[in-house]
Amino acid sequence: MTAALNDAITIFVRQSLPNWRSPGGLLFGMLQPLVFLGLFGPLLGGVDGMTATAGGDSWLWFVPAVLIMLALFGTTGTGYMLLTEMQTGSHERLLVTPVGRVAMLAGRTLTDVAMLVAQAVLVVLVMLPFGLRPDVFGVLVSFVVLGLLGLAFGGLSHALAIACRKHQESFYMVQSSLLFPLLFLSGLMLPLEYGPGWMQAVGRWNPLTYVVEGIRALFVGDLAAAAVWQGTLCALALAIVGVALGARAMRRANA
Amino acid sequence: MIRARGLTKSFKVKKETITAVDGIDLDVAEGELVAFLGPNGAGKSTTLRLLTTLADPTAGTATVAGHDIAREPAAVRRRIGYIGQGNGAGHYHHVRDEVVVQGRAYGLGWRDAGRRADELLEALQLTPMAKRTAGTLSGGQRRRLDIAMGLVHAPPLLFLDEPSTGLDPQNRANLWEHVLEVRERFGTTLFLTTHYLDEADTFAQRVLVIDHGRVIADDTPERLKADLAGDTIFLGLDTPDDAASVGDAAAGLPGLHEFVADGTEVRLRVPGGNRVLPEFLRALDQRAVRVRSAEVARPTLDDVFLALTGRSLREEVATATDATPGEADNEEVPA
Repeated sequence: MTAALNDAITIFVRQSLPNWRSPGGLLFGMLQPLVFLGLFGPLLGGVDGMTATAGGDSWLWFVPAVLIMLALFGTTGTGYMLLTEMQTGSHERLLVTPVGRVAMLAGRTLTDVAMLVAQAVLVVLVMLPFGLRPDVFGVLVSFVVLGLLGLAFGGLSHALAIACRKHQESFYMVQSSLLFPLLFLSGLMLPLEYGPGWMQAVGRWNPLTYVVEGIRALFVGDLAAAAVWQGTLCALALAIVGVALGARAMRRANA
Repeated sequence: MIRARGLTKSFKVKKETITAVDGIDLDVAEGELVAFLGPNGAGKSTTLRLLTTLADPTAGTATVAGHDIAREPAAVRRRIGYIGQGNGAGHYHHVRDEVVVQGRAYGLGWRDAGRRADELLEALQLTPMAKRTAGTLSGGQRRRLDIAMGLVHAPPLLFLDEPSTGLDPQNRANLWEHVLEVRERFGTTLFLTTHYLDEADTFAQRVLVIDHGRVIADDTPERLKADLAGDTIFLGLDTPDDAASVGDAAAGLPGLHEFVADGTEVRLRVPGGNRVLPEFLRALDQRAVRVRSAEVARPTLDDVFLALTGRSLREEVATATDATPGEADNEEVPA
């Protein structure tokens, strides 16, 4: 167990080192969410009834959406990095070392989670001068939920990458054709209530919907709301499934 | 150090079973430098992947550095170093960072790993590049970095898969200098694959020739060449009529492989041609054969391969590398 932990730390440090050496990459990864905040956020203010949905403050409604987008776009692509490393030989070189396969996945995924949480903190801090006033405790809890989401998508992304290793080009095809439906059917960008009944019905089956609602409730400070525990539970379940699938794939890849 | 018996690996490719490694037996003693020679797709890399626990054998057993590859892969991994065909360092990772991490992966503490990394970078003349990202290194530097990473835990056994492929002659020579120095200093056992004949010839103590997944020859380069190929003696005669007398005289030479007469040109293959020639010329003198020119050509490992398979390795490599940059047998579809 301590050996596995040691291995995971080693891989975590390896994956994180390029970020620490040139932190500019961290900011670059935030460009997309900031564009959404700057160019999509203001549009929401003009949508009829939006202010009512958001409880009077559209930032409290939209900043959580941007954080979840950060989790989705930041961590679902991580498997592609593995594919690249499989091709160049740097993954193979680590496979010959005694480092455990599951520890490799853990180290890699936790790197993305750490980066995600760091970016989330930055986004929240950046938005404070623009009038974002979230519940402090709620925000801290939402970072944890966000981390779970990152773990889930990181694990799934690795599983997908290994499934696609013969046809690398299919990775992004599969990733984006799963990602966007998941995103629109979660009420992330616009409330699902604006859509037709079937969309709302499908959205109820989307675990991400609950996570989105949970993080929004946390931002508002409505800690007793059912959405909070439902969202946290969904994120936890997703994390368990994602990591399990990722670990299984990682073990099998080294036949 | 290595003992394999009946090692076999089959892949299923589109419902067809391809046997990349077909019942290989091999023994490598401590301190040896053994080269695995064969054309692309012969099963060199797959054998290496089996021995380094990167792939599981379909059948057969192997003990590497004292441990069974199937039952104790982790113990094998701790005791071997492996330098694959690709580049081990991540593109965006700093040179020194990667060596330190590699040390950590083998269980060294951060400080020890750091000290070891500095030592190896110094030994492989990479210290000035320590803080650069691996992606900015030249081909030769990257290969030296691979060696540094492969040696970080001072393994008693080091596998190298086509270590010098893609390097220019100067970098190849430089790489070999480092490899041989490592061997000298640490007594490391080296097992490498190559399709460069001259490399196997110059550096290896023992050459295993592999073709279609089977070891078809196993000996020192000198003996392989002498036994399987022999030297070629070229004679220029005064008249074509003498060729028959030369043939009669040659028939008595021990180990004669081949005798070809073409007009006044005669060619014969025989082991130890340089020692045979003076005596042979005297014998021809007694038969009143006038020899105008004589030449001995030493065999290459290509002649050995040609004698063994009827195909030239040089041509196979040239066509195969043009078609596919990597080894065709790298496919990882378990049977």
